[in-house]
Amino acid sequence: MTQHHQHEVVIVGAGGAGLMAALYASRGADTAVLSKLYPTRSHTGTAQGGIGAALGNLEEDRADWHTFDTVKGSDYLGDQDAIEFMCQEAVPVVYELEHMGLPFSRTDEGRIAQRRFGGHTNNETKQPVLRAAYAADRTGHMILQTLYQQCIKNEVNFYDEFQVLDLIVDNGKAVGVVAAELATGELHVFHTKAVVFATGGHGRVWEVTSNAYAYTGDGVAIPMRKGIPMEDMEFFQFHPTGIAKLGILITEGVRGEGGVLLNNDGDRFMDVYAPTVKDLASRDVVSRAMFLEMREGRGINGQRYMHLDVRPETVNKYAELDKRINPDGSEYRVTAEDILGKLPDIVDFTRTYLGVDPVKQPMPVQPTAHYAMGGIPTTQYGEVVIDTKSTIMPGFYAAGEVACVSVHGANRLGTNSLLDLVVFGKQAGLRAAEYANGTEYGKLPDDAADFTRQQLDAILNNKGEEKAADIANEMKETMTDKVGVFRTEEGMAEAFEKMLELKERYQHVGVDDHGKVFNTDLLNTWELGCLIDSAIVTAKCALDRKESRGAHAREDFPKRNDDEWLKHTLAWLKDGKVEVDYKPVKITKYEPMERVY
Amino acid sequence: MEVNLRIFRYNPEAGRNKPSYDNYTLEADPTDRVLDLLELVKSYHDGTLSFRRSCAHGVCGSDAMRINGRNYLACKVLVQDVGNNITVEPILGMQIIKDMIVDMEPFFESYRSISPFLVNDEIPEDGKERLQTIEQRERFDDTTKCILCAACTTSCPSFWSNDEFVGPATIVNAHRFIFDSRDTAPEKRLDILNEESGAWKCRTAFNCTQACPREIHVTQAIAEVKNALTTGRLD
Ligand SMILES: Cc1cc2nc3c(=O)[nH]c(=O)nc-3n(C[C@H](O)[C@H](O)[C@H](O)COP(=O)(O)OP(=O)(O)OC[C@H]3O[C@@H](n4cnc5c(N)ncnc54)[C@H](O)[C@@H]3O)c2cc1C
Ligand code: SF4
Ligand code: FES
Repeated sequence: MTQHHQHEVVIVGAGGAGLMAALYASRGADTAVLSKLYPTRSHTGTAQGGIGAALGNLEEDRADWHTFDTVKGSDYLGDQDAIEFMCQEAVPVVYELEHMGLPFSRTDEGRIAQRRFGGHTNNETKQPVLRAAYAADRTGHMILQTLYQQCIKNEVNFYDEFQVLDLIVDNGKAVGVVAAELATGELHVFHTKAVVFATGGHGRVWEVTSNAYAYTGDGVAIPMRKGIPMEDMEFFQFHPTGIAKLGILITEGVRGEGGVLLNNDGDRFMDVYAPTVKDLASRDVVSRAMFLEMREGRGINGQRYMHLDVRPETVNKYAELDKRINPDGSEYRVTAEDILGKLPDIVDFTRTYLGVDPVKQPMPVQPTAHYAMGGIPTTQYGEVVIDTKSTIMPGFYAAGEVACVSVHGANRLGTNSLLDLVVFGKQAGLRAAEYANGTEYGKLPDDAADFTRQQLDAILNNKGEEKAADIANEMKETMTDKVGVFRTEEGMAEAFEKMLELKERYQHVGVDDHGKVFNTDLLNTWELGCLIDSAIVTAKCALDRKESRGAHAREDFPKRNDDEWLKHTLAWLKDGKVEVDYKPVKITKYEPMERVY
Repeated sequence: MEVNLRIFRYNPEAGRNKPSYDNYTLEADPTDRVLDLLELVKSYHDGTLSFRRSCAHGVCGSDAMRINGRNYLACKVLVQDVGNNITVEPILGMQIIKDMIVDMEPFFESYRSISPFLVNDEIPEDGKERLQTIEQRERFDDTTKCILCAACTTSCPSFWSNDEFVGPATIVNAHRFIFDSRDTAPEKRLDILNEESGAWKCRTAFNCTQACPREIHVTQAIAEVKNALTTGRLD
């Protein structure tokens, strides 16, 4: 039996973006949050290093430096009006988080502590700046906990372990969602005035990934099935320092605290690739440098990983060479206790998974799939826009990693995602409530849950000639090899064909579990369909963009080409075919320049 | 290496209405996570096997389980840590729904009962952050790490024998606010923990501290709360 509910605003996802949206929407409208995970299990909780804001607590910093760094980091593909808005809002929103109770680490003066992160600089001296506000190395955990606590305080309505499978659209307006209740397997139809998607990313498309099992691109596939395009899907970030083979993230904060990357000769190779900021260049630059070093045979023992060294003696050696000083002018030096105190979780991860003690041994690291710059196109108010003229789709909002505002353009700077979540989550929540107040409930089709039921029945009725795990493995392998850190025409064309083939084969995947209660077999298989759709669009957009920019690095077109390619990609997935179009980038103050670190 | 994996199964809907065990012999690396083995079984042997998981590196709190009789996160314990005969069972003291999946609602209800949010409506006039010294921040650092995995609560003999007991996880989260210099409502939480179902139910069995995958000194946090209850002091 399908159950029906009505809420003025429904928020899908309970990570940083969803919870921030919920806090603001619930002040103005009857709001419910649906999440396939318990809110505190959301991926925001894994974020480590910090949230960027030019608080200037330890040294001079300015919001417009943050803006420029983000524009530059985006390789000029970010929309400058939105970036400026985010970096200005950063300062009050970080204070707001503190007011909510977030236990930031503190400076000697009792202010919020800040650390260095890749690509964040003092624009005058060009040197790294202390901008990332942090709570040890669990900033995301504290953001997630704090926002969830505020939701409890404000008695926000939660539907925990409800997985949304469809967006209901009537006459071009979002009017509801269909969700499966995990505990019962029943379908629920939520009739709404406004829907906010805050479902996170799709990093499980790749093999070595920092992303959670839940990062399956549901929020990419569901809207695409309703004819809504995705923006800039070719831009996916590979973080330089994942634990070798496992992909578990080692925060850039390690390098912020003075850690360095070393090759098999013991050389700090980032000197060569980014002479000014070295190990703190932006992520695309560092990942490519590692890749090139490995290709030249300088991976550790010739293998596909490098060393990340944060032993005090190493940190101090390079701090001396770099003449790094503390804000008070004294020389920068660290002890093992400093490292343990500032990066306790990293120490725990490497001890648990590698048996390596990072204050005594270097850590083996390799680039790991990390963050989706692309996603559902929105305005800076979270409104979803659906064509090259940026026409707003009434009632549909998106925020967080699933959205593409675009503030990250072709490459996101570290600490800017947590910032994006709270800034644009808030906007989306505010706007959704405001819109809901000014409109009536739209018409719900009688067969609202039919499309969902068909999808699930198709899987349940398959005889199972194909295995989901095989298809998932082939997808991950192909995407890692062909649509990874470095790309070629041939490889991407192959990957695209392969994804189409996998989509076809996916139609024959069956499941063992035919029950209703916690049928994770069925839902994981449904999620695989979302991953494949995400991968198809990624491969095609990458194939079509004939230049290198940010995270999209082509061996056959190694240069950025602003004359032809300074534009956002929009892609529609229709009947298994991808249609691609483009829309302009918003340039306000900063004319594109060559990007050097 | 070869691993003998014994997995608890329970799924009334499919006729498995008595707890039983399935056995698998699997090829594994010593550094594989127990979660990797469960994934392998689910992918290639029996898709009906059900468990919760997400982050796969010990920070989301989804996959607390009993592994060889002790609570762990399946993603944070390696084969080499537990040997090649591995038994996986759901955490104790909660209603089992299916295989490793238990009803978490009462756990979260208990968490919510102690007002787990900062109470302080005063904001500095300049709109900036409230000040807190490094020492004040350090005072409650340990208990901020909690990921609500329930490993502690479901390893607690007092909780097993009396499910009215709020349980260690709830006390840990109360501690996080009681000892935060910015909070203005410690008494309210202390009053709740002074009730019959509160902190006094703790018999210092230490299981919780052992079970906590975040290495929180759970028993010590509870002792500090008890101390505050007796002395009325928060230092
Ligand atoms: C290991 C790691 C470290 C990071 N460190 C940093 C950092 O230091 N600084 C920084 O700025 N960024 C960092 N990031 C990036 C940042 O953490 C993420 O981009 C961000 O947290 C995403 O937040 P979100 O709110 O968009 O999604 P999430 O927090 O992932 O939440 C997604 C929510 O959507 C729900 N959901 C998904 N699909 C469905 C569905 N179909 N139905 C119902 N609910 C659904 C999930 O249950 C979840 O609640 C890091 C990322 C990782 C992986
Ligand atoms: S205190 Fe430790 S064991 Fe208990 S819920 Fe929190 S993280 Fe889990
Ligand atoms: S899966 Fe997140 S804690 Fe184990």
